[in-house]
Amino acid sequence: MSEHHKTMTFTLIVWRQKGPNDPGKFETYTANNITEHHSFLEMLDCVNEDLIKSGREPIVFDHDCREGICGMCSQVINGMPHGGEKRTTVCQLHMRTFKDGDTIYVEPWRARAFPVIKDLVVDRSALDKVVQAGAYISCHTGGVPDGNAILVPKGAADEAMDAAECIGCGACVAGCPNGAAMLFTGAKVSQYAVIPQGRAEASRRVKSLVTAMQECNFGNCSNHYECQASCPKGIDVKFIARMNREFIKAQFA
Amino acid sequence: MQFLKSSIGRKVLMAITGFSMFLFAITHLLGNSSIFGWLPGGINAYAHHLHSMPSPVIWGFRLVLLVFVCIHIWFGIQLTIENRAGGSQQYAVKAFQKVTFASDNMIWTGLLILAFILYHLAHFTFQVVSPETAALSNLDVSGNPNVMGMVVAAFQNIGITLVYAIAMVAIFLHLYHGIQSFFQTMGWNNDRTISAISGSGKLIAFAIFIGYLAIPLTILVRILK
Ligand code: HEM
Ligand code: FES
Repeated sequence: MSEHHKTMTFTLIVWRQKGPNDPGKFETYTANNITEHHSFLEMLDCVNEDLIKSGREPIVFDHDCREGICGMCSQVINGMPHGGEKRTTVCQLHMRTFKDGDTIYVEPWRARAFPVIKDLVVDRSALDKVVQAGAYISCHTGGVPDGNAILVPKGAADEAMDAAECIGCGACVAGCPNGAAMLFTGAKVSQYAVIPQGRAEASRRVKSLVTAMQECNFGNCSNHYECQASCPKGIDVKFIARMNREFIKAQFA
Repeated sequence: MQFLKSSIGRKVLMAITGFSMFLFAITHLLGNSSIFGWLPGGINAYAHHLHSMPSPVIWGFRLVLLVFVCIHIWFGIQLTIENRAGGSQQYAVKAFQKVTFASDNMIWTGLLILAFILYHLAHFTFQVVSPETAALSNLDVSGNPNVMGMVVAAFQNIGITLVYAIAMVAIFLHLYHGIQSFFQTMGWNNDRTISAISGSGKLIAFAIFIGYLAIPLTILVRILK
């Protein structure tokens, strides 16, 4: 490492839990020789190397792409999902946003619907159950259709794409004081409801997604909008309003 | 039935009943403001006018309000219990970015409002709090119950004024979050309307707060006698 890379030292207070039934506890670690270019996960890698060298169990955390698109990384840092940097996942959070000597709390997503598996890893399959309940279109797509066979207005396409930007990380649930999945579910409902391909099944879809959401033990929405602030993709709470609208309409369908 | 069990359905009922109570609160304030004398005969004439409506209308109205209050309280408590069990209570450190004191304490401001409604009914409807100044047993010059006398006597007492002031703070906080929440829950909201709805909701909540507070305060400082 060249000399103009000033290194930093951090105190980490990390949630350690051996398994789903372990009560778990916080442990304190020191992260040494961290540069401003380290991502938060790379910083944890360094800590884990030290832990492994000293014969201790490394901190277990979820990650995959490390480029902010897969939605695997899931940590609450200093009380904010993904660390609270605007539109940033943990893997894209860089240590330059912290100050040398900072003490940093690292916790897993905490919500009734997301039981902890180990350390910072939680079971997010409840989100898959919501998707399986009908966040798709049930028709045979056949061969590749002509590009303009179904006309989709630009505004509708944009709206659907904005909703589809969700990477399913679960930060909305983790940030919500009620552990609700309304932003996630609202985004799924909306991405199909606004385009003609999805419109036909909109009523059935919204009803079954809302039911699944409830069966998975997610909380109810209190319109705090904490979810939007927590979302690394900036998914807008207008999609929750749209889901509410679709749900009310579906009662008359 | 599915609707009444669903997460969103119950919220919609809370929103409709809450917003109806909000509309009642506005009407009630406009009626009460007759105490400042814009209506000939003041609040006594206004009260007389209300009570000369056919009793099925009066009792029908009261019944609807009662049912709405009960629905609102029932689901409010139910949803809050579910939410407290489902959420972020277990974090060692939690830094909220959007939650406000008002939005976080809807259940407590709500229950405070409930306590106040009961007191308020005992005070000015059943008139059992200070029987000696009860309007029903003190008629004014035109033979109507002397509501003005009852209200003035009450708010000259700083203790009673304080009770009302605290209740108005609770209503202010409840509506500060509640008005915009109503539009979001009903789905009448999007990214272009949200800040205007939220802003005007807070402003209207403040206007109601000031409006209601004006009556006891002007009486307490003897502007209104
Ligand atoms: C009588 C006692 C009351 C209780 C216990 C109560 C409780 C609550 C609770 C807990 C919520 C939040 C529900 C949630 O988001 O999870 C709420 C929302 C609301 N309340 Fe009340 N409240 C009461 C009276 C009132 C009154 C008198 C008004 C109107 C003047 C009112 C207007 C509203 C509105 C507009 C909402 C927003 C509904 C929504 O989220 O869409 N409430 N109430
Ligand atoms: S690891 Fe894929 S989004 Fe962070």
